[in-house]
Amino acid sequence: MKEKLILVGNGMAGVRTLEEVLKLAPDHYDITVYGEEPYGNYNRIMLSHLLAGEKTVDDIIINDEQWYSDNGINLHKGKAITKIDRRNRKVVCADGSSDSYERLLLATGSQPFMIPVPGNDLPGVIGFRDIHDVNSMLEAAKKKKHAVIIGGGLLGLEAANGLMQQGMSVTVVHLLDTLMERQLDASAATMLKRSLEERGLHFLMAAETEAIIGDQHVEKVRFKDGTEIYADLVVMAVGIRPNISLAQTAGIHCERGIVVSDTLQTYDPRIYAVGECVQHRGLTYGLVAPLFEMSRVCANHLAHLGIRRYEGSVTSTKLKVTGIDLFSAGNFEGDENTEELVFRDEAQGIYRKLVVRDNRIQGAVMYGDTIDGSWYFDLLRDETDISDFRKTILFGQGHLGDSGHGDDNRVAAMSDSAEICGCNGVSKGDIVKAINEKKLFTLDDVRAHTKASSSCGSCTGLVESLLALTVGGDYSVAPHLKPLCACTDYSHDDIRGAIAKNELKSVRKVLDFLEWKTPDGCGKCRPALNYYLVCAWPGEYKDDYQSRFINERVHANIQKDGSYSIVPRIWGGDTTPAQLKSLAQIAEKYEVPTVHITGGQRIDLLGIAKSVLPAIWGDLSKAGFVSGHAYGKAVRTVKTCVGSDWCRFGTQNSTKMGIDLEKLTWGSWTPHKFKLAVSGCPRNCAEATIKDFGVVAVDSGWELHVGGNGGVKVRATDFLCHVDSAEAVLEYCAAFLQLYRERAHYLERTAPWIERVGLSFIKDEMVDNAEGRQTLAQRFYASQKFAQVDPWAERAEGLDKHEFTPLKKVG
Amino acid sequence: MQAVPGLEDQDTQWIDVGSLKDIPSLGARVVKSAKGDIAIFRTADDEVFALRDRCPHRGGPLSQGIVHGKRVACPMHDWKIHLDSGEAVAPDEGCTTRFPVRLEGDRILLSLIPNKKCTHK
Repeated sequence: MKEKLILVGNGMAGVRTLEEVLKLAPDHYDITVYGEEPYGNYNRIMLSHLLAGEKTVDDIIINDEQWYSDNGINLHKGKAITKIDRRNRKVVCADGSSDSYERLLLATGSQPFMIPVPGNDLPGVIGFRDIHDVNSMLEAAKKKKHAVIIGGGLLGLEAANGLMQQGMSVTVVHLLDTLMERQLDASAATMLKRSLEERGLHFLMAAETEAIIGDQHVEKVRFKDGTEIYADLVVMAVGIRPNISLAQTAGIHCERGIVVSDTLQTYDPRIYAVGECVQHRGLTYGLVAPLFEMSRVCANHLAHLGIRRYEGSVTSTKLKVTGIDLFSAGNFEGDENTEELVFRDEAQGIYRKLVVRDNRIQGAVMYGDTIDGSWYFDLLRDETDISDFRKTILFGQGHLGDSGHGDDNRVAAMSDSAEICGCNGVSKGDIVKAINEKKLFTLDDVRAHTKASSSCGSCTGLVESLLALTVGGDYSVAPHLKPLCACTDYSHDDIRGAIAKNELKSVRKVLDFLEWKTPDGCGKCRPALNYYLVCAWPGEYKDDYQSRFINERVHANIQKDGSYSIVPRIWGGDTTPAQLKSLAQIAEKYEVPTVHITGGQRIDLLGIAKSVLPAIWGDLSKAGFVSGHAYGKAVRTVKTCVGSDWCRFGTQNSTKMGIDLEKLTWGSWTPHKFKLAVSGCPRNCAEATIKDFGVVAVDSGWELHVGGNGGVKVRATDFLCHVDSAEAVLEYCAAFLQLYRERAHYLERTAPWIERVGLSFIKDEMVDNAEGRQTLAQRFYASQKFAQVDPWAERAEGLDKHEFTPLKKVG
Repeated sequence: MQAVPGLEDQDTQWIDVGSLKDIPSLGARVVKSAKGDIAIFRTADDEVFALRDRCPHRGGPLSQGIVHGKRVACPMHDWKIHLDSGEAVAPDEGCTTRFPVRLEGDRILLSLIPNKKCTHK
């Protein structure tokens, strides 16, 4: 027998909770929904667009009636619940009918606050809350001329803009002397006001409404100073009040909102509440991102999983007025303990302010160009130390990683045919169409449906911007701590912590202990878990090859035709005629179709059938070659120049250093691929400054550089430190590698890792802390004892034979 | 013993292609046939499935993918394919031909007459 769940309030927060419940426990509940409005669940945020005529009602419906019936949900539209009988666990409707529940979810939302002045109930005075209000406004716009919006906040300005688009003459009345004071500082507010005035809006600032005047219908608005203005329509947009009367009359504890715990339970544990109607830790929320966070937590508890807590939200805001870019987040006003970083270009209408305390972003205000808003917001929520890039932070994230397009291309200005995702050939038009047609909300949704940003991920910023642009600002915000994948709610760091603390030593144990939602994970989480286990328990953990991607499973790179390529290790890129001869003979013997010199100074043999791999490895092994790990999330190559042996500029023996580094590090599994290079002088012929670990020889010793890569999003290294001796280079290298292995997330290269944790962190751990460095290096050496076994030789001798031979040949 | 839902009848020609233990748990092996490669998958709870070893997307060898639940992730572009139906996991669309396969004791018996031909490419 299913438990009975009743949702009161057919809005975004409530229905989102149901969606999450259905994902987690599809068969647990028999669900009934009561909504006062005569529609399915629609996207309230889009009301501004509806009013401006940019969308239709159909466009903004999120769940149509089909959705309710497909999921077996009983939907009662246009039916208000008037009473909760908690003792008998029943809700009572306006028409006297009643319905019983085992669990009740209140998502009654909020209503516009109507300021208490005479005439506030005259016909023509409305709020801005639902489709009905929008219809009233559109109706008025057809026949009437003068609209007065009381309230110059987010909602008021969106209403004003919409009514202006509909042809009305609109005056915004605001109590204070700056607009949107809850989201903007004075500078940004001034720029916003100017730009809205240029579009034709009128403003009355610092004006306090005294009365709304009219006989049968609103005619005028009068202010405290005695002035009056004409009004055919008055929209109250001074704020919202949580709808708590239903809960209150049922004796559920309410203050400003329905008071809920971190599990979104009210004082009656059978009754949950989410959305704008709730008060959590003293705060109420009116933006969608927090509501969705509540929904996730609430659904988790309704589904009897009971592992999540809602701990409040940091919110960010964007104004949904087409053509005006505005963003704010956090504590943007600052106080005596904060500093301000400001960029202002009046001529171009660009303003950016970051409020910083102890090199951590506390708040941000942006006007005119908000493309970096989500980046700042991430830095804010992650409390990232920005000291390493503080000098340039105001200029944005440099580039969004759209290497084909350059920095200055704003997504909004891009044509529909512009390619956003170069890996999968997805254009802006494709993405916008998918977002609109399939009603996508999150980055993951867009990835699943369009593949955009699902491969190398470098266009993620662009896709997020497009998402924000298309569906409204607050949607795209990813959860603060991202779960590893859809199989779990735990983040990378949670999982690594659990592995260490609870001595979990197999993939199965991790899946069981952390109560994975899928029977045996997926292609995304299993390789990550396998890596974390390899890293945590060197020598003890038995590598789970079925959790490795094919390339690592068979120690060769799969090619588009299903054949493989192999790259033998050539230490430091230094070879001999004899070595080349033996390679040539082997390539000829196996009729290798293509022999290619790689960017990392190695020789790639391409087009080898899988069944031939063990034989060719056998020959390579006899000739003294070991695997080059060109297929793995592992230490790849050490590229070198000829250095002081030959080069007239060479300052140190970079070739020997390269060979020593490669002998030290080969075979190590890492979160992502890891490349090294050693240059013999600052001319840097080995391109050490775009490697994960780059060494540049100078007359006085060695400069160490970290966190660089070529590829889609080129990043030059950060300078780590200078060391005097060759031994020190090796120790620092080992320590850095181990720190990266232990702290980075799986599939995170050193570049994004360092941007996430900060170079200062790396320096603290291993440059300024000699003991820490030595300990890290020791752990690396210890794990190398088990890692430096040539996988090719083992397989040439028969290991994993099943990988290389067919099960059977038939017919 | 476990039967795959499908159309096989008493006339089905079953071919013994090997033993269950020849395939790693959560792994796959290939049967080479005149009609092309057929991938035999083994799940965590020792069910077996057989699909043409070609992803409906761009022909990647599904036998080389990561098996999870009753799905395999193609090694080429990470499409997920349902092992029991051959259909791509939504929102991707496409399907790959599946073959009747069953266990008798620990022997794997395969039929070369497809369960279902796919209408997709």
